[in-house]
Amino acid sequence: MAKKTLNIVESAYRAVMEEQDDTVLWLLAAMQGAGAQHTVVLRGNAVNYAVAGQGVPGLTVGEWKQTQAPKMDRDVLDLIEKRKIPVYVVTEDLAERGIESRELVPGVHLLSRTALPGLFAEHTLVAHW
Amino acid sequence: MSKKALTVALMDPPYESENLTTAFRILDVAARRGYDINVFAYEGASGLAFTRQMPHPNPVHGKNVAEENHPTTKDQVAALLAETEKNGGKLDWVNCGMCVDERGVGEFVPGTRRGSPADFHAFVEASDNVLVIPTK
Amino acid sequence: MAQYLLIESRDPFESNDVTYYYDLAKGLADGGNEVTLFLAQNAVLAARPSARSAALSALARGGVKVLADDFSLRERGISKLVEGVAAAPIDTVVDCLAAGHKTLWH
Repeated sequence: MAKKTLNIVESAYRAVMEEQDDTVLWLLAAMQGAGAQHTVVLRGNAVNYAVAGQGVPGLTVGEWKQTQAPKMDRDVLDLIEKRKIPVYVVTEDLAERGIESRELVPGVHLLSRTALPGLFAEHTLVAHW
Repeated sequence: MSKKALTVALMDPPYESENLTTAFRILDVAARRGYDINVFAYEGASGLAFTRQMPHPNPVHGKNVAEENHPTTKDQVAALLAETEKNGGKLDWVNCGMCVDERGVGEFVPGTRRGSPADFHAFVEASDNVLVIPTK
Repeated sequence: MAQYLLIESRDPFESNDVTYYYDLAKGLADGGNEVTLFLAQNAVLAARPSARSAALSALARGGVKVLADDFSLRERGISKLVEGVAAAPIDTVVDCLAAGHKTLWH
């Protein structure tokens, strides 16, 4: 059985248009495909990844047009539904940003900041991204 | 001191963040102890071992190339490889392949290799401990 | 209970997210875990006695071992540290990793 790893993701919208992914969520999805056992906690600005209905059309620069613009809410759903990676969202960080839980994609778990230590104890490794 | 196997994941590109200064200091300690070290160089860090890095002079301080002796991360990576081996350990430095491709940095320090997230997963499973140094 | 090494690279003057990390250290310690907070890079700026350093002293009083990277301190000319914070070499990080401390970097 792979080591249970808790991944706290806080970096948000860094290079997502260029990479057409959040590179940390992408990495975790790829590792899960290789047999890893990951859990994700979205905190800080990354809680916004779970807001349904986000995304822009592809970037254009002169005649160059992007055809695969990212949609972070779709990628969060992908983690949950296709990769079977549990995704938690820190409730205090949602509240600070004026995000209500009904705005989120289905399947995310709400977690208070105060519950993080307990979640740490359930995992062999904890990584902060 | 018993031998350990440590994995470190790096994300920062060269010359942009103090994270790498600290990372190389940590890796140096582990190398001197003869630990087995796995490095997953992801995103910008995939350029750390790029062999075409070149030092330069410093006209502001009036130093030529030799005098300035400007650090290059490729030399630091090569030095880590040598130090680990000298002390009975092994450094497996993997440059994430797609990250290398999109940055065009596909010429690496000998002794480092191209890899993928599957390598990072294998490193995690094989190590005594893991340190992820994220980028901001 | 577990052992944790929390490496903080950010300072409270530029980032208000440092509070979250200090609170995390406190929460883990309150839960009976052995917690070391290792300040590196600009995070050591908070170790100089100032209006923002009280939080570190409070963590130390609450059972968190608070250390400041000696290289980062020298680099910034910081010689006097707030109560509860001790200078430490970077070897400490490798010691903790080797001893199996769950290690996070912020």
